Amino acid sequence: MQAEEKFTYETWPASPERATLEAKNKFLGFWLFLGGETVLFASLFATYLALKDKVPDSTHALAKDIFDLPLTLVATMLLLTSSLTSVYAMYHMKNFAFKKMMVWLGVTVLLGFGFLGSEIYEFNHYVHEYHHTFTSSAFSSAFYTLVGFHGAHVTFGLAWIISLMIRNSKRGLNLYNAPKFYVASLYWHFIDVVWVFIFTVVYLMGMVG
Amino acid sequence: MTNQPLSSSNPRVDLEYRRKKNAEEMRHQVISFSIMIFLTFIAFAAVAAKGFTAWFIIPFILLLAVVQVIFQLFYFMHMSHEGHEAPSMFLFTGVFMAFVIVLTFMTIIWW
Repeated sequence: MQAEEKFTYETWPASPERATLEAKNKFLGFWLFLGGETVLFASLFATYLALKDKVPDSTHALAKDIFDLPLTLVATMLLLTSSLTSVYAMYHMKNFAFKKMMVWLGVTVLLGFGFLGSEIYEFNHYVHEYHHTFTSSAFSSAFYTLVGFHGAHVTFGLAWIISLMIRNSKRGLNLYNAPKFYVASLYWHFIDVVWVFIFTVVYLMGMVG
Repeated sequence: MTNQPLSSSNPRVDLEYRRKKNAEEMRHQVISFSIMIFLTFIAFAAVAAKGFTAWFIIPFILLLAVVQVIFQLFYFMHMSHEGHEAPSMFLFTGVFMAFVIVLTFMTIIWW
């Protein structure tokens, strides 16, 4: 099958994300990248766990003082729901429903912005209420590096999905862009996978003590 | 048309089967999502309850996180589908390295 071929609802292949050689390579290469990302985040998690609550003196806030359960729950729900909406987008991609796919990608992007907004509010709150800044202690540096790196991934993912949506807004679905959408959705799910460990290891375990 | 079955005189048979299969898979995705939401609420409730000791709560919420991530990987990221042998190898190598890195940092760093 050729990437330039025009498809209809009837002729669209069952696995468009792996129908061409380029798509197969993209799929394989992206999973290799995700394996590397796992190691990268593991090193940040390990650093955080080693440096948790390591502060120079008792005037510095500790994990159990700063974290807020309701805000973390809101952020988690936003990101988890955005993961489902991107599954919906890929469901419509496989059924050759371009407009429905774009609508669900749009919802995913909005939820992603909601998450990012809650994180910006949170960081701003820590800096102003607790003087918990990037350079204030080993604990704060490790915290902002880990959670901020995840936030940077969310930002990058949003930019990626938005660019794909704009670039392909008039193109419709073909075997050239279907693998691009699929790989972007894999990246978005991976961001949620990392967040599951962040809310568990950083926030929930931080509040337990 | 390369993706149509040659054994049937009705070219739409495969198409309808695929649409049905996709719709069924989407229902499974929604069920996975409900389970993931449920696991998240249990984890938050266990911490909010404050009645449990840290020795119980920490392994418990870590277990919930691992189960939730398995749902995410195998259903949302389609790792349960065929043709994911190389992706599984890449990811599980990453997970193994992750385990070793976290274990190392938690045992050799002291103050």
